[in-house]
Amino acid sequence: MLEQTVTIVANERDTDQYFRLVLRAPQIAPLIQPGQFAHVRITPLKDALLRRPFSIFQAGDDTFSILYKNVGKGTDVLSRMAAGEELSVIAPLGHGFTVPTAGGETPFLIAGGYGMAAMFLLAQRSPQKGIVFVGGRRRVDILCEKEFAAIGWEVRATTEDGSHGEKGLVTHPLLAELKRSAGPVKLFACGPTPMLKAIGKIAADFNVPAELSMDEHMCCGVGTCLACVIPVRAGDAWEYQRTCTEGPVFDARQILWELPK
Amino acid sequence: MNLSVKLGQLVMQNPVTVASGTFGYGAEYARLIDLNQLGAVTVKGIRLNPVPGNPTPRTAEVTSGMLNAIGLQGPGVDGFIKKYWPFLSTLKVPTIINIWGTTVEEYAEVARRFDALGGVGALELNVSCPNIKEGGAQFGTDPKLLAQVVAACRQATTLPLITKMSPNVPNIAPLAKAAEDAGSDALAVTNSFPAMAIDIETRRPKLANITGGLTGPAIKPIAIKLVWEASKAVKIPIIGMGGIQTAADAIEFLMAGATAVAVGTANFYEPQTTLQVIAGLRDFMARKNIADVRELTGSFQPGK
Repeated sequence: MLEQTVTIVANERDTDQYFRLVLRAPQIAPLIQPGQFAHVRITPLKDALLRRPFSIFQAGDDTFSILYKNVGKGTDVLSRMAAGEELSVIAPLGHGFTVPTAGGETPFLIAGGYGMAAMFLLAQRSPQKGIVFVGGRRRVDILCEKEFAAIGWEVRATTEDGSHGEKGLVTHPLLAELKRSAGPVKLFACGPTPMLKAIGKIAADFNVPAELSMDEHMCCGVGTCLACVIPVRAGDAWEYQRTCTEGPVFDARQILWELPK
Repeated sequence: MNLSVKLGQLVMQNPVTVASGTFGYGAEYARLIDLNQLGAVTVKGIRLNPVPGNPTPRTAEVTSGMLNAIGLQGPGVDGFIKKYWPFLSTLKVPTIINIWGTTVEEYAEVARRFDALGGVGALELNVSCPNIKEGGAQFGTDPKLLAQVVAACRQATTLPLITKMSPNVPNIAPLAKAAEDAGSDALAVTNSFPAMAIDIETRRPKLANITGGLTGPAIKPIAIKLVWEASKAVKIPIIGMGGIQTAADAIEFLMAGATAVAVGTANFYEPQTTLQVIAGLRDFMARKNIADVRELTGSFQPGK
């Protein structure tokens, strides 16, 4: 984990409100593991002080990239920044996905919206190819299919309005594939919390392991403030753990979806 | 050039520490800054037993600040000593441990336990957290209760005691005086300000706790005034805090009457802030020909 001022190499619109940001960060890039994130201080934001966490999409020798959606004050200002401008970054952060091993379980990756970006490095670094299931509301919410196809992964897209791929939720083709598949599989997921909760339930129903990248309101990103906690099992009891430090990726069996009374 | 200051028996190599709750237990930021450059490390509040903390969301960003309602999640005294003290005890700079309880007896017991631990720099009595149901702020707003807490801790330990004052009082002077008279070696002024924010799309509070504490640059001018008022009421030194982002902010607190300062919320977005403040303070002193940082304390000129 390093804190550095990095230069924007590119910051271009992908589809609709999605942007691809490439940063020159030769010291950070080689350290990045799949599922980790970067905590970004958008320097021109003067009265919105906090850093914004972004999943890391791709990592090269001296650059890494982020695929983000313009959803608010921070990302709006970020989307107007140009190549050559600087950002302050703390990265790589968090506990990421377990990279599958050759000959082990077949990885099934499940992504909702820009959660797709967080799955790319995992697919790229996995010696074993699997299937990536991606869901979104509309066609424009289905991102980086090309990149997955280019590394030989099968992509199953679903949209809620049927404008691309199968019409419906991402869980439908996943369920069909789980019913069909004979060998051992493991699920890896990143997306909206209701989707993750559904994946957690499916993993339990089919008795397959699952790693979920959890999203909770983050503040410091490095484990000091205790803002981004989720309740997880700890022996017979439970405890709050930090999505920035113990997470964002958790074993689905450890996650408590409701706060114990 | 002298930057060192004394708060009771606590010696700091420079007047810059961190605000409790914004720096974890030290180790988290040790990967990003050299903690031995600080005046002291102040850790998150500890009570006797572990505390789960509040439901989420626990923080919300607001203009020039943030709200938090963490609820003093913590490992308890034993958990802290086991998990975090081995690292903190290797530091060359003192550790200030922020402590709290729900009764006077609990404060005293926690103080006794840390007294027995050995090697602690000072204890900061948290009588001003706005985010817990019992304990915390109730002790910080009633001079009689405050005096009881401070006196009980004074009995329990010879460690320097810093009383962290609530901003949520009509007049800070009688409370500051009560803490001083009961044996506090220093005051920390101030804590977060009770506040709230609403998501207008959902009509829901932005914090699960509904209300929280406002911190960051938004509170700085209010905190400056509280430091000034407290400093006029007592002779003991004050650690000033509230929205410090730069050396200029820190110097303002010193001039208002603080002997030391704490960087709080800024740690969350710029972990280098403390080091930048120390460097900037040196530059200011060099530029103004100030040989001793203590000359700055209370040096502002209220008259014409």
